[in-house]
Parts: sequence; C-alpha cells; structure tokens
Amino acid sequence: MSDLTKLSAVEIAGLVASGETSAVEVTQAHLDRIAAVDGRVNAFLHVDTEGALTAAREVDAQRAEGAPLGPLAGVPVAVKDVLTTKGVPTTVGSKILQGWRPPYDSTIVQRLRAAGTVMLGKTNMDEFAMGSSTEYSAYGPTRNPWDTERIPGGSGGGSAAALAAYEAPLAIGSDTGGSIRQPGAVTGTVGAKPTYGGTSRYGLVAFSSSLDTPGPCARTVLDAALLHEAIAGHDPRDSTSIAAPVPDVVAAARLGATGDLTGVRLGIVTEFAGEGAEPGVMAAFNEAVDTLTKLGAEIVEISCPHFKYALPAYYLIAPSECSSNLARFDGVRFGLRVGDDGNRSLEEVMSLTREAGFGPEVKRRIMIGTYALSSGYYDAYYGQAQKVRTLITRDFTAAFERVDALISPTTPFVAFPLGARTADPYQMYLADLFTIPTNLYGGPGISVPCGLAGGLPVGLQVMAPTMADDRMYRVAAALESAVGTLTPPAL
Amino acid sequence: MAAISREEVAHLARLSRLAVTEEELDTFAGQLDVILQAVAQVGEVAAADIPPTSHSVPLTNVFRDDVVTPCLTPQEALSGAPDAEEQRFRVPRILDEDVAS
Repeated sequence: MSDLTKLSAVEIAGLVASGETSAVEVTQAHLDRIAAVDGRVNAFLHVDTEGALTAAREVDAQRAEGAPLGPLAGVPVAVKDVLTTKGVPTTVGSKILQGWRPPYDSTIVQRLRAAGTVMLGKTNMDEFAMGSSTEYSAYGPTRNPWDTERIPGGSGGGSAAALAAYEAPLAIGSDTGGSIRQPGAVTGTVGAKPTYGGTSRYGLVAFSSSLDTPGPCARTVLDAALLHEAIAGHDPRDSTSIAAPVPDVVAAARLGATGDLTGVRLGIVTEFAGEGAEPGVMAAFNEAVDTLTKLGAEIVEISCPHFKYALPAYYLIAPSECSSNLARFDGVRFGLRVGDDGNRSLEEVMSLTREAGFGPEVKRRIMIGTYALSSGYYDAYYGQAQKVRTLITRDFTAAFERVDALISPTTPFVAFPLGARTADPYQMYLADLFTIPTNLYGGPGISVPCGLAGGLPVGLQVMAPTMADDRMYRVAAALESAVGTLTPPAL
Repeated sequence: MAAISREEVAHLARLSRLAVTEEELDTFAGQLDVILQAVAQVGEVAAADIPPTSHSVPLTNVFRDDVVTPCLTPQEALSGAPDAEEQRFRVPRILDEDVAS
C-alpha cells in the first residue's frame, strides 16, 4: 500500500469504500504520522486516539454490513479547537478553558460524525481565533511545515499545518477576518470561507458573531468542496443560519477541474494594487492571472473605493463584538477560576480569573472593543465602522454586477519568521488586508495555491457573491488544474 | 498626540474586569494608542447619510416551532463549573456580609 497519508480525501474514501484499505488502517497511518512529526509542527493541541479508532471501526463495521457509505466515510479530519467536541478537550487556544470538556458537540462536529469522517483531534490556533500566526496560542506556536522557523498563518495555523505536514487530509477552520484563507495561503493548502450563515455557528466559541464562519480546509479544491458539502446547510440552532439550499460546490469543483473558464469574468480590485504586497507575491499572482486568462477567463479591473477602510472598520467591529462575547468567561460556569479564597468578592475573582486566563492579544481586543463601544466614542468608532461596512457591501454588490468573482492575492506576504510581528500588534493585523473585506460583506472566499515566492507558497483568493460559493470553487479548481498542488519539502 | 492615556487604559481594564499589572499598563497604553490611531481612519469616510450594517444576513425575528427537545442534564450543565452546589453554580460572595446578614 502506498503511503496513505499522501492521498487525497477522495482517494481515501474510494479505497475504504472498495475495501482495498480499512478506515482503521487509514486512521492508524495518520495517528502514526502525527506521532512522528507533530513534535516539530505542534499542529495538534489534543489527539483523540481512542475516539478516532472507535469512529474508524464503526465505518468499517458499516461497510462490512453493506450499509451505504457517504463520500467522505473513513476519511480522517482535524478540527480547530474553536468547535465544541463532546467529552474531548476544547480550549480555543486559551488558558481560560484549559481542561474543559464540553458536554455537547457543535453542529459542524455532529455533521462530521454523521458523514462518517474520523476526527483525529483538535488543532492549535491563536487564542480565541485572534491572530494571524498562531503565535498567540497559549500552548506554543504551530510551525509551518515548509520552514519550521516560520509561521503557519492564523488563527487556524494548526489546521493548515496539519494538512501540509500530511497529518490529516481534511481539516476544519473558522474565518472571522481570514483565519481559514491566510493559513491556507502560507502553507500551500486550500482554505474556504463559506457565505456567512452558510455554515452553523452552534458550538463555535464566539469571537465576533456577525463575522465568524466555520469552513473547510484541504489539500485539493475538490476535497474542500466535499467537506463544505458535508458541513454546510441550515441549522435551526443558529438563528443567523441561512435557510436555503447549499450551493452545489462539488459539481462546481468538478466543472472547474476541466480547466475551462470560458465566459467567466473575473475582477481585479484596483485599490489592492497599491497596498504593498511583497514583489514575490505579486509576481506569483500576476502569473496566475495569465494562467486564468489562458483558461478562458476574461479579466477586468474593478474599483472598490471603500476597501481601503475595511481593515480599520474590522478592527473596530470585531473587537467590539469580542468584548461583549468574552464577558461570558467569568470563572462561573466553565473554565478557570483564580483567587477564590473565601475573602474576595465575585468581581475581584472575575478580574483575577480573566487577567490570568487571557493572553495579551485577547486583552488588547477586549479593551479596544470596550473603548469603541463607550458612550462618547460609540458614534465615531463603532457606529462609523458599521456605516463603512455598508459602503464595502455596496462596493461588492456593484462589482458583482460587472464580474462573476473577484480575485486577489490572499495575503500580502509569504510566511514570515516566528516572532517577526508580535512586538507591533498592528503589523500582525496587516496580514488580513485582502481577506477582511469579504468578511464584512458576508460573501464566500477561497484561497488556492498559485505558486511559490522564494520557495514559500503563495495563495490566490477568489471572492464570490453571497450564496454563490460554487463560483469560487469553479475558479479555484480551474487554477489548480493548471498550477497543480504544492508539495512541501520533507519534514 | 496620543489617542489614549495610561489612565484611560487603566479605566478600560477595570470596565473589562481585567486585573492588569502596572507593567502591562505601560505596554498596552502604547499598543492601544497605535491601534486606535490607525482605526480612526474610518472617520475619513463621509457617511452621515449611510445606514449602519450590523449583520450581513438581513434576518429579523427568526422563529421556530416550540417543540420540546432533549437538553443537557443538570449534571452535564455543571460539569465544567469551577464550583457547584445543590445543582447550582456556586460563586464568591456578591454582597457584603453586613448587608447579607
């Protein structure tokens, strides 16, 4: 048997369905790979060996009974530690939830189980999904399999690194400002942020509720589409979930894989050109634009005049929502409690608990949000940011009257060295320059590998209208058919 | 000019229930100042007559049928609590003793 960890999810599911290999064998191969390399990568915060093997045995038993198997049955998946998993530790990369074992599964995890996928464990992330490098995890940074002295992106660096290190063929992320797409770009993997409301937030530990979107990560566009299909769709437990059919992303990925983009109009955002992407990133992007043209796409330039205000608007809206959401971490119902010596008041215990439990980036964002929502500042900061959000949405709406999708580099720079941007928090925020507009608008976006710069992966982002997730999969799959997947050096 | 003073950061920390150290106050004051000066750019946009967007999905009043479904047992709901007593979350005292007595 060839190395099972190098196969795509589609290939693994095929081998399990035909009986050429078993789900247990596939799972064990990935657990062995994790044991061999994760000491150097630190993609996983928790490996659920017993749970994974039990789930794999169930798939093998179903097959033995002749029960029908879903398209991802027996395929291992790594889950970002932002999603609750019943009885399995869920920390959100924070000390404040260290040791917490949730009493329920998130909807995404329920659907992964129902699809017959095998959850290997929980992946590392920036604390509460706030960051672009996974360096803000309370449990140490994840390292990029392309160069272990560099960041794997964030906040979902663990999920992306697990894919690039062949520890898992599929992973789940969550994207509030780019936390699926930017890690995908810098690890040479595929990451898709579905339309907001297209995937359920039930059981997703909240950071910024009007932006948080769980989504698929994979090494190929088709694998990402299959995972998207498995987890997406209306959930009555999430009141912002969209009650409409899931766009046929799998068919779109298969159509795109034919390499024909005739009749597809793609827009390049004029305002992004002057935004200081590294020359190597721009060179790889421009080459990908030529490739898309050769595949039949028509490329036009589109002005989105308010995109340059997306980053400041985001860093008011997201911290504001975070300051409210994270009030629930008060040392009462779950997680850490510090200083309860019988003499201190509830308020003192809360303040000591939050001081000890939260890391510096989370504290910064809680305080920024508290400031932006204060009376006297509300109109100038949070209120104004919400108006800018309207104008950004109008830019997107106008653009999609002229083109089917927008394209850009996913992130302005390739994976940077660990520690390069932690001293100046605002420098870290710039990693999300190109991904944030989509979150404010609520539409879908995908990052697909488009080449290398200085030996490190570069991602191309495709942004589509809300509930037209299929369009981005078609374009991404077409580019992938021409560029191919990227293979990191051996660890 | 600084957008935010050390004293204002100390006030924000109190509002945020964060018992920050003196050293942290020094660090955060500088960092929050850089961030707030940068995000203040939103003020450049002429948007007086623009309605705000709080949410990208235009939904209001999402209803579901009132159907009884299984939920967590008290034991499950309390399973992660730092302290519990008689099926309740136990918290440090809220009232001063002379008030409570």
